[in-house]
Amino acid sequence: MRSLRRLLREPLGVFGLSLVLLVIFGAVFADVLSQWDPTRINPRDRFLDPSADHLLGTDQLGRDLFARVLHGGRIALYVALVSTAISLAIGIVLGLIAGYGPRWLDNLMILLFDAMKSFPTVMLALALVTIVGPSLTAVMIVVVLVNVPGYARIVRTQTIAIKSSEFVTAAQSAGASTARILRVHIMPNVIGPLVILASMDIPVVIAIEAGMSFLGLGVRPPTPSWGSILNDGFAQIRETPWIAIAGGIPIIITTLGFTFLGETLRDVFDPRLKGR
Amino acid sequence: MLNYAVKRLGLAVAIVSLAMFLLFCMIYLVPGDPASVALGPRATDAMKEALRARMGLDQPIWVQFWNFFTGAWTGDLGQEVLSGRPVLDVVLEQLPYTLILIAGGISWSVALGIPLGCWAAINRGSFADRLVGVLSVAVIAVPSFVIAIYALLIFAVTLQWLPAIGAGEPGDIGDQLLHLILPSLAVGLGWVGYIARMVRASMLEVLEASHIRTARAFGLPDRTITYRYALTIAILPTITLLGVGIGQMLSSAVFAEIVFARPGVGKLVYDAILTRNFPVVTGAVLVTTVIFVLLNLVADLIVGALDPRVRSSF
Repeated sequence: MRSLRRLLREPLGVFGLSLVLLVIFGAVFADVLSQWDPTRINPRDRFLDPSADHLLGTDQLGRDLFARVLHGGRIALYVALVSTAISLAIGIVLGLIAGYGPRWLDNLMILLFDAMKSFPTVMLALALVTIVGPSLTAVMIVVVLVNVPGYARIVRTQTIAIKSSEFVTAAQSAGASTARILRVHIMPNVIGPLVILASMDIPVVIAIEAGMSFLGLGVRPPTPSWGSILNDGFAQIRETPWIAIAGGIPIIITTLGFTFLGETLRDVFDPRLKGR
Repeated sequence: MLNYAVKRLGLAVAIVSLAMFLLFCMIYLVPGDPASVALGPRATDAMKEALRARMGLDQPIWVQFWNFFTGAWTGDLGQEVLSGRPVLDVVLEQLPYTLILIAGGISWSVALGIPLGCWAAINRGSFADRLVGVLSVAVIAVPSFVIAIYALLIFAVTLQWLPAIGAGEPGDIGDQLLHLILPSLAVGLGWVGYIARMVRASMLEVLEASHIRTARAFGLPDRTITYRYALTIAILPTITLLGVGIGQMLSSAVFAEIVFARPGVGKLVYDAILTRNFPVVTGAVLVTTVIFVLLNLVADLIVGALDPRVRSSF
């Protein structure tokens, strides 16, 4: 509670939190806020200007852009939450193994993590999509591959620091199993800073989803995604610029909101992480 | 230092080998027979068989891997499916465009980021400092392709100040620079934020150092102290940062090339995927990975040469 009050004292944190809440509100109540079906094609209403009826106008297939933006928020938040959770789970397990396991395994895994990070993100995404084809799953795999090495490294470093501490030695001499030491003694000490760092990665995840969908490598049409709206808008940028504007604004709002919130949260909860 | 350099080089070779292994697995996993894809639906079985033999696909997997591996290390990345040109030539032909774009992005980020960070550090705690802080975070957060599209919309479509498409007339440097402004801004803007933050933080650290205090005590003018003694040290960490940054700018460059219809490696890979020209995809991914690893290696070696602590911790 005290942390929350401190967060609310920071203007930037409040600003970030309101943007995030706005996006979540829009995604949750998408069906209530707009009566239009985001995927229904309406050939007679193509390229309508923004009006009271269509708040952000319509796209090249006559679909209401406001409804598409709201429903696109669902996709973005879904990808962000699910793939971050998966990355965290895998990162924690791999990091614990690397940090607590034998030295050769540690070295091998560090090499693997470094190699994973040595692929530029977009190249990784492009290479992967050639195998599995464009889909939401492909987006999530890319996110996991991008996030896991970083998380695993942090967990590994923390694990190594903790494993020689006295309470772990005490648990070992009391006969606790490795699994119990990892679960009860090491993991709780590792997870806090990691979750904060992961929450700061949410804008990156949203950018990956939107970026891949923009390239046509992510969400398949007609499912609305901010990236695919942006792509529709890019194709028509000279005639009807509002489509591109409608696709870009929610991406900006969301990434800024989560970033400002994350920065403030980090400073409030864990000053040690400042500047990371 | 030599010991460190050798170890670091070994790591780089290992990473590139691993990347090759992963790419080989990727080629192997791609659904569909490359030969039938390349030749189209009307090809006879004999034609497919001949192409498969030419591509080495009729051999056992470990022979294929060994051929790919040794080939890749000696620069043989296979042939393009349709024209039969060596993939390395195709990639190297597009590479300069991407490198120029990234150099443009670095120019933007250094030219704006270092003065901003320095300014914020000197005016620590002021409104200007806070503003630079918030703006840095903001430009880092917004994805580069959104910046690219909005830059295109504002400066090329609406205001029509700058060209929207292509890399400019060959041979006309002025025209090429004009075509470079917007794409390189989209590539480099996020890094303005990173560099400003980095320079600010290390500036604050350096300004506390005793040699700066000594310089103050000697009564040197503030300008001399800031720019000649403090800033020259404070910009060192940006070298490592840029080593990592170039890799990420490579990602932004893909988007910038597509949005502004510029030639380059990113556009090459993107088009190759759409036409299922897989040797070009793997070749280009491998070349960019090697560049990325090399740049990180160079950045680490420079920092290792400057800072003995880095060498000993490796």
